Amino acid sequence: MQKSLNIDPSKCTGCLQCEMACSYENYGNFNPSKSRIKVFDFHHTGRKVPYTCTQCDEAWCLHACPVEAIKVDAATGAKVVLDAVCVGCKVCTIACPFGTINYVQDTGKVQKCDLCGDAPACVDACPTAAITYVDADWTGLERMRQWATRLDTQPHA
Amino acid sequence: MAWQRKILRVNLTNGTCTPEPLNMEWAQDYLGQRGLATKYFCEEVDAKVDPLSPENKLIYATGPLTGTMASTGARYSVITKGPLTGAIACSNSGGYFGAELRFAGWDMIIFEGKSAQPVYLHIENGKTELLPADEIWGRSVWDTEAILKKKHQDPMIRVSSVGRAGEAQVLFAAIVNDLHRAAGRSGVGAVMGSKNLKAIAVRGTLGVGTIRNPAGFMQATVAAKKVLANHPVTGQGLPKFGTQVLMNVINEMGALPTRNHRDVQFEKAGRISAEAMHEPRPTDGKPNLVTNQACFGCTIACGRISKIDETHYTVLNRPEYWGASGGLEYEAAWALGAATGVGDLEALTFANFICNEDGIDPISFGATVGAAMELYDLGLIKEADVGFPLTFGSAEVLTRLAELTARGEGFGKEIGLGSKRLCAKHGRPELSMSVKGQEFPAYDSRGIQGMGLAYATSNRGACHLRGYTVASEVFGIPVKTDPLVTEGKPGLVKAFQDATAVFDSSGLCVFTTFAWTLADLQPQLAAACEGDWSMEKLALLGERIWNLERQFNNAAGFTGKDDNLPQRLMTEPAKTGPAKGLVSGLDKMLPEYYELRGWSKDGVPTPATLQRLGLPA
Ligand code: SF4
Ligand code: SF4
Repeated sequence: MQKSLNIDPSKCTGCLQCEMACSYENYGNFNPSKSRIKVFDFHHTGRKVPYTCTQCDEAWCLHACPVEAIKVDAATGAKVVLDAVCVGCKVCTIACPFGTINYVQDTGKVQKCDLCGDAPACVDACPTAAITYVDADWTGLERMRQWATRLDTQPHA
Repeated sequence: MAWQRKILRVNLTNGTCTPEPLNMEWAQDYLGQRGLATKYFCEEVDAKVDPLSPENKLIYATGPLTGTMASTGARYSVITKGPLTGAIACSNSGGYFGAELRFAGWDMIIFEGKSAQPVYLHIENGKTELLPADEIWGRSVWDTEAILKKKHQDPMIRVSSVGRAGEAQVLFAAIVNDLHRAAGRSGVGAVMGSKNLKAIAVRGTLGVGTIRNPAGFMQATVAAKKVLANHPVTGQGLPKFGTQVLMNVINEMGALPTRNHRDVQFEKAGRISAEAMHEPRPTDGKPNLVTNQACFGCTIACGRISKIDETHYTVLNRPEYWGASGGLEYEAAWALGAATGVGDLEALTFANFICNEDGIDPISFGATVGAAMELYDLGLIKEADVGFPLTFGSAEVLTRLAELTARGEGFGKEIGLGSKRLCAKHGRPELSMSVKGQEFPAYDSRGIQGMGLAYATSNRGACHLRGYTVASEVFGIPVKTDPLVTEGKPGLVKAFQDATAVFDSSGLCVFTTFAWTLADLQPQLAAACEGDWSMEKLALLGERIWNLERQFNNAAGFTGKDDNLPQRLMTEPAKTGPAKGLVSGLDKMLPEYYELRGWSKDGVPTPATLQRLGLPA
């Protein structure tokens, strides 16, 4: 069974625990600027929206890479950057329609979410369950359930 | 390690920025943030300095846990000599700025001197520069942030600045970061303004990677977060209602100071409470509260984000105020509301927006308006002096005065002096509801006796955040004590004051202490910081900080006589509620408090006490 990150922006408080967890997992320090998940704060509306790679099946980044530095992790379905192969040409960052693969100056490589080998650190860190890791077939289930309650019009005992 | 081991010294007179190693010996004795910056400050600044002169310094300080995964690791403090009080000032703020400063590689910034022209400090990791502030001087905090982000082409930049109030040296001007998080009290913003320093814009991409035992630290922080999540106050009450959860509770107790402390219960408390913020408005069907928001790293998320009703008189045809922004916290709702008798939630929210937009402390502002209204009521301030009548309960008066004060205009200049100077000017100094010149927050010391002692002895003037005995007297944290009695309170106040000094020096938020004690903080510090961080050491460290601040104040000219409360609280009994008939029993508590502290009967630490704490005489 493959799983997906399931994001519910309405639960996000903007604490950035997820960004710290991500950078700690991948770089061993607390550094939101290196996080592969980013929380956007839309101040005018009060909305905070966590956003990261959704691991497309036909991944633009993977197809665009001239040196085949992006591979599919067969177990998780994650598209993973092979640092040893990446030449830092950034073509993938142009190809990705969502902007979720990014260049890192310090390493000269790109980085993207790799689902932490099936144990996403952001999910563990999130205090509000705004990010969960669910069966990939059921990413919309919780939202369906919420809407379904509106149809639950039976009188209750 | 946890510390970045680096401080930045900015000499505004010479226009220089010089990195220095952090004094690691002092870090062992004072931890960081409030404690460590106070140590630096006391070593470098003469206690008799004029707070608004170039000789005063202004320190921005983070703690060793700021910018880490410890819950609430957001905090920074601003330490200086306060212009409102003449005492040591230390104002603490959350948001995202403090963590960003650490990510840029700095523990602390010390500002000294005064710039000839308005400037701002730009930090990009190790690159630090003072730049002319021409395009932001004269602008609000909100404009300043937008202009700097645009100018540096970096939407991720974090800004801490003063608004027009700080520039005008309003004595309770605040420093505001991330649009609505403030180092709010004691006029730290006026000191910044007096130095011609408008803002600090920081971008940090280095991160914090100096944790001594990373695996142990992650374990300790996870355990501590569980404690917060499982506690009814930090897990449910604060996220849902914010600190505003207190409004109805404190009113019921008869400890909600109303109309300049004439009353102890506010008949309109319900209308300005947390519950009211959740209630859909009749006009647009939407509640005042949009959502809660966390500071950096915080798993509590007490912050309020509100929207003002677009048809409310305050924002009619002013779309710049229609967006969501920082909403009312309890202290602000009390000061803007109960202290002035105003029960209009939207007007209070607007006044709060203005306090954030141009950087003033809503507590001192609201309380000073309350005092001015009493002076007006007594005929001592005339309508002609102001331009309009200062009637208790008038929302229009409140919001007009907010705009005038925040911008340093008209009668706002008088309000900007604070209640002590305003009341003295009109011949009634005793009507200022303040200690050491700083206005009370939202708890009446007749109905919550411990708070009277906490206020009277607070090192930065009246303040709830120095020793929050409300936790015990109202919520039973860690044990329930009777709010109406004085017995046992001196020990309680001392314990809260010392523990709080440790939290304020760590980089974490004092609101964690609804659920945590030092025993929850200790494992996090021990895993993060090199050195021995036993409970005994932490307890002593808190007491050391408290006594160091006291020594500064004594050297500045304060004596035991300044550990007092306004006559009203000592002689006019509470009129209603459970505390009816009571006055503050401060006189019964103070001698015992001095004794527990190891101070002389005039409030001076004895040589034996100083020696025990490792403080020089
Ligand atoms: S950890 Fe969760 S609540 Fe916090 S910012 Fe990330 S998604 Fe939002
Ligand atoms: S408890 Fe509130 S003030 Fe403290 S860090 Fe969290 S959101 Fe900020």
